[in-house]
Amino acid sequence: MSNDREIIINRAVQEIEEEMTVNLGIGMPTMIADKIPASKHVFLHSENGMLGIGPYPISGEEDPDLINAGKETVTAKTGASFFDNAESFAMIRGGHIDLAILGGMEVSEKGDLANWMIPGKMVKGMGGAMDIVQGAQKVVIIMNHVNKHGESKIRTACELPLTGEKVVDRLITDMAVFDFTEKGMVLTEILEGYDLASIQEKTEATFTVDEKLLEKEGSFSW
Amino acid sequence: MTKVRTSFEDSLSNIKDGDTVIVGGFGLCGIPENAILALAEQGTKDLTIVSNNCGLADWGLGLLLQNHQISKMIASYVGENKVFEEQYLNGELEVELVPQGTLAERIRAGGAGIRGFYTPTGVGTPIAEGKEHKDFNGTTCILEEAITGDVSLVKAWHGDSYGNLVYRKTSRNFNPLAATAGKHTIAEVEELVDIGRLDPDTIHTPSLYVQDLLQGETYEKRIEKRTVREA
Repeated sequence: MSNDREIIINRAVQEIEEEMTVNLGIGMPTMIADKIPASKHVFLHSENGMLGIGPYPISGEEDPDLINAGKETVTAKTGASFFDNAESFAMIRGGHIDLAILGGMEVSEKGDLANWMIPGKMVKGMGGAMDIVQGAQKVVIIMNHVNKHGESKIRTACELPLTGEKVVDRLITDMAVFDFTEKGMVLTEILEGYDLASIQEKTEATFTVDEKLLEKEGSFSW
Repeated sequence: MTKVRTSFEDSLSNIKDGDTVIVGGFGLCGIPENAILALAEQGTKDLTIVSNNCGLADWGLGLLLQNHQISKMIASYVGENKVFEEQYLNGELEVELVPQGTLAERIRAGGAGIRGFYTPTGVGTPIAEGKEHKDFNGTTCILEEAITGDVSLVKAWHGDSYGNLVYRKTSRNFNPLAATAGKHTIAEVEELVDIGRLDPDTIHTPSLYVQDLLQGETYEKRIEKRTVREA
């Protein structure tokens, strides 16, 4: 795992609280599952129809009838349940999922999310992402702060087609954490190795700084 | 009274050129693999297929693509399939991408006699373009229409000759929904059990939804992504 990914995942796992029902997106968010402390009692929801995902099976015990939304073989933990897809998305749209952690391509300062298609490239489909961002009680997006060309993925407005409008509650990158509130986009945490100036330089979107953070980082010129 | 059929070929002849077919499964999990093989053999053309995914190039619904039997695909995710990509890019295949929860609900609605419903999913995205918008106490929703099929193909774990079905673990997925929304539902099962052996409290698909029931001779149950942990 790259260092950026590890930083993001280690920060993201802190979002998961005792007794939460959590949906983890495909890709980097799935890796968060392994980092949840065994002592923490949480239920992971898989949109293909399962509540209570366990760890990957040991070799030889893979069950083709037991997969997660990423089509990976998994196990069911004690107390798990299975259901059909309509019920699974009734749980999602009905607001019964406490937290969803998904990957992102672009996030705007309004909390818009784009994470499913790049015009001109083969479109694979949105899967369950559009339903999840509308329905989960809290939507946390994890992604690198900048793309491979060093450009900000946190935009004034998304250029890519949206997955959802004003749906992001929190954004965790390898540099910082932002919350999306009635006051707009707010920087709430600066991760190790960065300062306010470096975050401003790498962020296209306009944001304010949380008061508590500002007190701590007061020595930086603003 | 029995719905048990012995020939996939005969049952699949209910599908005609130009039909809409709803197919259960998520990825390769819980797909009606014997029915798909028989449909590929039969060669019926110009099909609209409604299914969450479109299989791999050489397995599941991908076999129908290889045969150029599908003219339109309604799905939520179609990655992982080169043949799909080719036919889509050369204009041979029409694709309607539907958010997964909306797809599930459209099929459910089709089977339940609900003609359409309003959902917030997709508002502000390309999916909402051209659809009726309506505000419900401050939440904007779009109108989505039900899906029904001429035929549905589903796969269950256990079934009896009346057509009662029980699915296993996450292979349930879209199967019970598909079973309700086809004018003619063909169910294949791993194990045909005697009447009375299925506990009425645990039946997932009640018998009335099923017209034909077949027991597959073998099940490959291919795994798409084998992930394991250290013992």
